[in-house]
Amino acid sequence: MFDFLESGQYDLLGAFWVTVQLTLYSAVGSLVWGTVLAGMRVSPVPLMRAFGTAYVNLVRNTPLTLLVIGSSLGLSQTLGINLGGGTFKETGFRLAVLALTAYTGTFVCEALRSGINTVPVGQAEAARALGLSFFQVLTLIVLPQAFRAVIAPLANVLIALTKNTTVAAAIGVAEAALLMKEMIENEADALFAVFGIFALGFCLLTLPTGLLLGWVAKRVAVKR
Amino acid sequence: MKVLKAGAAVATAVVLALTATACGGGSKDTASDAGASGGTKSDKIVIGIKFDQPGMGLKTPDGKFEGFDVDVATYVAKELGYQPDQIEWKQAVSAERENLISNGDVKFIAATYSINDKRKAKVDFAGPYFLAHQDLLVRADDNSITKVEDLNKKKLCSVTGSTSAQNIKKDLAKDADLQEFPGYSECLTGLENKAVDALTTDDSILAGYAAQEKNKGKFKLVGLKMSNENYGIGLKKGDKDLQTKINAALKKMVADGSWEAAVKKNLGPANYKNEPAPQITEGS
Repeated sequence: MFDFLESGQYDLLGAFWVTVQLTLYSAVGSLVWGTVLAGMRVSPVPLMRAFGTAYVNLVRNTPLTLLVIGSSLGLSQTLGINLGGGTFKETGFRLAVLALTAYTGTFVCEALRSGINTVPVGQAEAARALGLSFFQVLTLIVLPQAFRAVIAPLANVLIALTKNTTVAAAIGVAEAALLMKEMIENEADALFAVFGIFALGFCLLTLPTGLLLGWVAKRVAVKR
Repeated sequence: MKVLKAGAAVATAVVLALTATACGGGSKDTASDAGASGGTKSDKIVIGIKFDQPGMGLKTPDGKFEGFDVDVATYVAKELGYQPDQIEWKQAVSAERENLISNGDVKFIAATYSINDKRKAKVDFAGPYFLAHQDLLVRADDNSITKVEDLNKKKLCSVTGSTSAQNIKKDLAKDADLQEFPGYSECLTGLENKAVDALTTDDSILAGYAAQEKNKGKFKLVGLKMSNENYGIGLKKGDKDLQTKINAALKKMVADGSWEAAVKKNLGPANYKNEPAPQITEGS
């Protein structure tokens, strides 16, 4: 039933490696972008608050497939923005990271905003009374505590992101879901085996992530 | 690989158990009448086709079905004793074709279904009823591709994971820049605004797209015969009776000229030179 694994025809590890790379780049990107968005949403500048709210509500409620295909057809093919990628392979990967970052950033932002709400308002008031600016209050007082409170929700976002990378197959990024499509096309007699392998692969990626970050979340939680 | 295989086996068992229970409830009503071989003539017949391939199998916005596969299936159903209004069309996307047949959700499938050995392990085929080749669709004014080697410098587009895409990556043109999209329509967009140079898949499908009203005159087929795809009609494994009947129906369709008429009607407008009707090789 699993003979096709040994034929050497499929680069299973290579495909999952692309999945891991997509996840890591997008995770870093969306952590940064999500933090910036969260900062905007709690900032004292009305324009930034309005932008943050509008962006989060718009992008979070757009299907990811639409964002990914839109970035390829719209940005790359129609507008010619290839993000410095020479071939479809490079361009596709970068566009996928861009779309995943734009999408996941909104979830990071909302998780972080809930973390900000766990920090007692008196702390921010005290910091402001000491003469700290908004940026200082945010980066020195509020965000460090907020992050420690939302490790577990962020782990959920990361797990969702790992699985969302399969959408990148829609623009031809050679990750796990694309290899699965090829296998389904060729191995008509072992469909469930193919599904099983990829289900297992994703469990191997996401379960340790959840366990590890759950443990971290317990250790760093702010005891109040 | 040992550990991987053992793990995969466990995961498969779980998936199997889950899907087996999930399927039990939903598909009973269609399975009961389509599954029984040579079911009662007053019943409906369920046939699997593609819903999204112009020229072969397409669901039009007003809910009708048209295309070469549809015409062949209608003819075969007629020979089996079903009138067109007794046919219930069911969408058969590529990944689900084998399961639709073996679960008995459909009586047979005519959906650009190439006959190959892996598939024959799960289902039986009747036919073939059409011989297609992997080919290229280019802009009408583009004459730069004349042979397979020209592809290595070109930007190609095909459907994610399809046999055509794999052929390009593994054998035909390893250096070609290949974009994979979920459907041919996205590729056509790219072809039209010059982001890609050629769309590659079976020539029957390409001809169907080129023949569409909105695409007329914009694209043309190159005519490189890069592979042979024998389209067969998929049916339940071991159903020799149905296989013989469908083969007889296909032979009759070719003999009385309906086959040629169906090809001309659905694929003709694209200036497509089809192969003559292939010899029936499945069954006997």
